Amino acid sequence: MNHKNIIIIGNGMVCYKFCEKLRSNSSDFSITVFGEESVSAYDRVHLSDYFNGKTPEDLALAPMNWYQQQDVRLYLGDPVTSIDRVRKTVTALSGRTASYDYLIFATGSSAFVPAISGLEKHGVFVYRTLEDLNMIRDYSRKAKSAAVLGGGLLGLEAAKALLDLGIYNPAVIEFAPRLMPRQIDPAASRVLQSQLELLGLRILLNKNTSSIDGQEAISAISFDDGTKMPADMLVISAGIRPRDELAKSCGLETGSKGGIVVNEYLQTSDPDIFAIGECALAGQTIYGLVAPGYEMASVVAANLSGSSKQFNGFDMSTKLKLAGVDVASFGNYFLGEPHCRTITFEDTQKGIYKRINISNDGKHLLGGILIGDAGDYNMLMQTTNNQIVLPAAPESLIIGTRDTNSSAQGINALPQEALICSCEGITKGAICNAVNEQNCENLDDIKKCTKAGTGCGGCVPMIKDLINYALKAKGRQISNTVCEHFDYSRQNLYDLIRIHNIKSYNEALDQLGNGDGCETCKPLVSSLLASIWNEMILKRGNDTAQDSNDRFLANIQKGGSYSVVPRIPGGEITPDRLMTIASVAKKYNLYTKITGGQRIDLFGAYLSDLPLIWEELIAAGFESGHAYGKGLRTVKSCVGSTWCRFGLHDSVSFAIRIEERYKGLRAPHKFKSAVSGCIRECAEAQSKDFGIIATEKGWNLYVCGNGGSKPQHALLLAADLDSETCIRYIDRFLMFYIKTADPLTRTATWLNKMDGGIEHLKDVVVRDSLGMAAQWELEISQLVSNYRCEWKEAVENPEIRKRFRYFVNAPEEKDPSIQFEKMRGQKKAAEWTTA
Amino acid sequence: METNTNWLAACRIEDAAEDGGVCVKHGDIQIALFYFKRRNEWYATQNECPHRKQMALSRGMIGAATGEPKVACPFHKKTFSLNTGACLNGDDCENLKTYPVKLENGTVYIGINPKS
Repeated sequence: MNHKNIIIIGNGMVCYKFCEKLRSNSSDFSITVFGEESVSAYDRVHLSDYFNGKTPEDLALAPMNWYQQQDVRLYLGDPVTSIDRVRKTVTALSGRTASYDYLIFATGSSAFVPAISGLEKHGVFVYRTLEDLNMIRDYSRKAKSAAVLGGGLLGLEAAKALLDLGIYNPAVIEFAPRLMPRQIDPAASRVLQSQLELLGLRILLNKNTSSIDGQEAISAISFDDGTKMPADMLVISAGIRPRDELAKSCGLETGSKGGIVVNEYLQTSDPDIFAIGECALAGQTIYGLVAPGYEMASVVAANLSGSSKQFNGFDMSTKLKLAGVDVASFGNYFLGEPHCRTITFEDTQKGIYKRINISNDGKHLLGGILIGDAGDYNMLMQTTNNQIVLPAAPESLIIGTRDTNSSAQGINALPQEALICSCEGITKGAICNAVNEQNCENLDDIKKCTKAGTGCGGCVPMIKDLINYALKAKGRQISNTVCEHFDYSRQNLYDLIRIHNIKSYNEALDQLGNGDGCETCKPLVSSLLASIWNEMILKRGNDTAQDSNDRFLANIQKGGSYSVVPRIPGGEITPDRLMTIASVAKKYNLYTKITGGQRIDLFGAYLSDLPLIWEELIAAGFESGHAYGKGLRTVKSCVGSTWCRFGLHDSVSFAIRIEERYKGLRAPHKFKSAVSGCIRECAEAQSKDFGIIATEKGWNLYVCGNGGSKPQHALLLAADLDSETCIRYIDRFLMFYIKTADPLTRTATWLNKMDGGIEHLKDVVVRDSLGMAAQWELEISQLVSNYRCEWKEAVENPEIRKRFRYFVNAPEEKDPSIQFEKMRGQKKAAEWTTA
Repeated sequence: METNTNWLAACRIEDAAEDGGVCVKHGDIQIALFYFKRRNEWYATQNECPHRKQMALSRGMIGAATGEPKVACPFHKKTFSLNTGACLNGDDCENLKTYPVKLENGTVYIGINPKS
């Protein structure tokens, strides 16, 4: 077959989409692309992420070998300079010529630059391409002040980029009396402005720039009201201009305000030439968003491949994050009375504004605006686009919290043809189908299978809801069951074990599970038993259901020896006790090291020596430090008001009290705490699962912090508490965590996954929204009163003590395979084989 | 076969760990002996985990994967079949050496090949 030649001018997002669509329809074309930029198509929507650490490779829509695989000839850095429509050839800057059967303009747009004097000065940039961003980044290193011209969507993106580059308090200059005048209403502009000012932007309104001043480089900007402002740098981001100059020069019809005129098939005045994306003027409109551009690409690709498709306008609903602030508008958002009824909600403290426009009969949603919280955007847009009949009290759509129930009902009401991903044109039906027929179970599967959610990403939350909805409809429980032996979640097992008064692993397996158990469910059930009853974990039969470290009440180390960590509450220790530790360490030849939790770790103990070591430690008054268990580790403290001249309260005493209260308490994972005596925070309480900081009036309680591989600051749960209230809140917090967290989930991750986040946690713990507070406080007090030092019990019980023998048939012998090496006057474990 | 096997008296039944392992010394060799009480089964394997050459399997948790009895090493949770000694994680760990076990008059015996 004689392949038709297709040439595309411009290698942007829309060109990429066109190649992809055309290739998936047909391989009967020879495709050639001429790109002006030196890099292949990248994600311009998320361009400002470039200053947030994204690399050009991250932003690229496809790697270079994609074009080879798709048999697309790609010439980069070689813009087309002329077109011969009679011979049907194009000539590029390099002199390269090529002939076409069909020519596609995907030239996009350039930054609109108003005519101001001084544009040529150093330090004046536009914000459009990766190359622009590179120049801005380089120049910003020596700039102390900077401004952005344009308070629209692109201008605010650029201003955020300047913030990310470390420019202090960049200014946004807007000609109109408010921000984003074309996208949102005045009240929304006001809320957006105050949020952006909080983030460190300076907003100048009603400013008409008259000149850019300075010698070689910009030093100031003058306005026509006679005012002037110093600036070392100016980024112009005041709108876009369709790139239609090439089309104009070869005689194609263009609009008076720019744009290549196209019909509903995206054909220009020459039927063999098409225009798609931001360069196309379709129905007198330039569509400056990626989704309609993609739709145009798919229309042309379909028509060239023999199907028939039209482009008849596009829903311009959008959801964006501008400098971290949600900004969304959908449907007919500017409609006002008397054409509709309007409901607005405004919370100036949280920076939230919501407006919905409702038909006069109260039946349908016509459009709206969301600032600060666009969590409901997808559902509201779907409600508008699919003309879903509204509830009797439509204000509930924007007021109150979104619970999962109502969101599930909302999804259920959507028709199969509801367009979920407008970038890729994927419907609810297609997503549900992918779940049902192609066994997609998560977002990644859906992305691979349908491409939904791969464009602007705005629909991703709704796709997730849809996956869960479809999985449920399929009768498949979203699986968070423990393992093949227990068909329950950890949370269900917790309740069942308590209700059935189950005290051992084997009882749990017999009554609630099946089969013979495994290394997943054994420690999990053992941890639940310990969390619920706080009985000795090594009772006969339960010992072998413990994780190895719990089974021997010590941490196994490289080579098979163990470490010993006595509890040192609050990090306070007497000289006599230090001498005990020293003499035990010497006697049993142990390596000693101070831990991060303000205690002392003794390494290199033989299994069979553990009871002897602990016998001596216990005789001197030490207790188990539970360094081996999933439970309370340490409560770190600074020295506090007893010695420190800044200390507000006695942080050491409070830390000891907390550590004594929760020692031995087992949880889904380990947890740590700290108490600081003042705001200088020397105990680093904000990196702990719960941390306490003294204030003038009492204690601030922070929760769900984490150090480790994913550090996360703890969040304030309650402020200025007296000691008793603080402990009560910790009781509730810990019980809520113990009852509801997934296995091996630290408090930080638990909170990250919690619907409603810290506000929900505050509701439960502080405001007792579940009505569980009294019961949890009671349960904790029972656990506290059941506490026994398990090492004390172990050394006093001959039957348990026997289990620390290394050889069952040679009780006196130590493990002969353990080897140590010397380092800095102490021993260390021999390296292990990595074969 | 039976005539070639030397039987090592390892321990009394009550000295073994219920649903767990103990370590048995045989000269310079360490053997992990498992009493799978729920299934009333006994197994013996080498004590050394082939992954990082740690003498640790007797301290591992035992269990079953779709009925196949297994032990998980306490160091990195590699799992091995107690029946065949095969590594069940699908990576290239060597198989465990396994030993026969028998009970007589309350004593647990492990079958040692005289050549080993």
